[in-house]
Amino acid sequence: MDHRPQAWGRPRDDIYGAYDGSYLQTSGPKQSTQAPVVTGTSVVALKFKDGVVIAADNLASYGSLARFTNVKRLRVFLDSSVVGFGGDVSDMQYLDRHLNELAIDESYETTPSADHPSPGGTLNAANLHKYLQKLMYKRRNDFDPLWNQILVAGLDSGSKPFLASVDLRGTAFSSPSLASGFGAALAQPIMRKYAATEEDAARLSRDEAVQVVKECMKVLYYRDARSMDKYSIAVVTKDGVELKEDEQLEKQSWAFAERIRGYGTQTV
Amino acid sequence: MFRNNYDNDSVTFSPQGRIFQVEYAAEAVKQGSVVVGITSKKHVVLVALKRNAEELSSYQKKIFAIDEHAGIAIAGLTSDARVLSNFMKQQCLGHRLTYGRDLPVRMLVDMIGAKAQQNTQQYGKRPYGVGLLIAGVDEQGPHLFEFQPSGMTEEMVAFAIGARSQMARTYLEKNLELFADCSREELIAHGLKALKESLVQDRELTIENTSVGVTGFSKADDGSTKVEQFKVFDGQEVNAWIEGVADDKEAPAAEGESMEVDG
Repeated sequence: MDHRPQAWGRPRDDIYGAYDGSYLQTSGPKQSTQAPVVTGTSVVALKFKDGVVIAADNLASYGSLARFTNVKRLRVFLDSSVVGFGGDVSDMQYLDRHLNELAIDESYETTPSADHPSPGGTLNAANLHKYLQKLMYKRRNDFDPLWNQILVAGLDSGSKPFLASVDLRGTAFSSPSLASGFGAALAQPIMRKYAATEEDAARLSRDEAVQVVKECMKVLYYRDARSMDKYSIAVVTKDGVELKEDEQLEKQSWAFAERIRGYGTQTV
Repeated sequence: MFRNNYDNDSVTFSPQGRIFQVEYAAEAVKQGSVVVGITSKKHVVLVALKRNAEELSSYQKKIFAIDEHAGIAIAGLTSDARVLSNFMKQQCLGHRLTYGRDLPVRMLVDMIGAKAQQNTQQYGKRPYGVGLLIAGVDEQGPHLFEFQPSGMTEEMVAFAIGARSQMARTYLEKNLELFADCSREELIAHGLKALKESLVQDRELTIENTSVGVTGFSKADDGSTKVEQFKVFDGQEVNAWIEGVADDKEAPAAEGESMEVDG
């Protein structure tokens, strides 16, 4: 075993071979992000009668390591929209600062009035989503993408519930329910049972929608190895945003785990 | 020959603390024919008096649509206004593309304010020789802004700029309280009356020399409010409005006192 300080934290040469120093080159062509590093997993969101529910867990993983367990991945914009981030956490933090600037600029342009009592600005979720889409697509064309998938929840210009997604390529789409990352495979089918169409979503009550999203978060925790049981959940309506950041998954049942075969040490 | 030594460029103060080039630019605004703007709670209108260089030529346009929700009326150098108008059109289009909404009017006005101010502080540049009234609607309601070559911008309830505009402003000040609750048609009528105040004797509003621009909120069929696209009205389209404020129609009204009597 090599105990010299310069070998600390390095893979052992006797096991992994000599360390490949080419990764540490300081010269050569400029390289932008080619893979996310510290990552957040799924964001799930569901429209209901008069708003949108959105949730994401509080974990930031470093590869498979659950590295940071108190990272808030839902962000409120101008008290009227919520942005949920999956993917690279440092890019999320960059976007967060950028959106702060945008919100301040927007607030300067609005003076309080009878219709808009707080000087919050009139940029709604639909406007914000369009802006983020242009931003993400621009960065993709620069070959320097922001490695995120983003869900934007809020209301559109007609005060109807709005939910849309944009990813690191600038691909944008909208649906009554949306889930990023692992949730696209695990949570979407559950949410679609309750809200397959806009009409279905318009019949969902707030409590039902919250219940469905919480169920999705639980299923994701069961099956997504990069997830955690501490999560944030926000409800956006025309009355504003209610954000809870320290929720704990309740009534977990791991009974199904016993029936899983083929992974652990058991010999079938 | 020279009025003084401190008016050769727009970057030098006079000892009295004035920048003469900027003041001369403001004079150019006063040479332009008069334009009037008025807001109510629901609408904003621009009314302008067009001039023709000579009897055989056409009348120079005074009111321009910038975007679906905004337009301008100009007083001063038309060619300078064209530069500002093109800039504003581009900004509105760019904002629509990136945010999917109408550019808020104050943002739009701040942009040309900043642009015009630069010309008063950089050597070799000259201020724009044009004043604007910017009319538009956004989520905060209808707005009217004044723009001056100095880069100054200000929100107004009602205003007039251009030659003899003081007469129009006096009319607006006198009727200020009425505007807020005016209907679209009443607001246009007030605009035309204000415009008439500033006419030289023996001149009248005609369908050739009168231009009207309107935007605001209107009720849709389903009861929701929708934006009435900014539109410029010229020629036959303004005939009914002009006739509505004709002198003989006005005579029985209480405003007879302010009318001129032909000698």
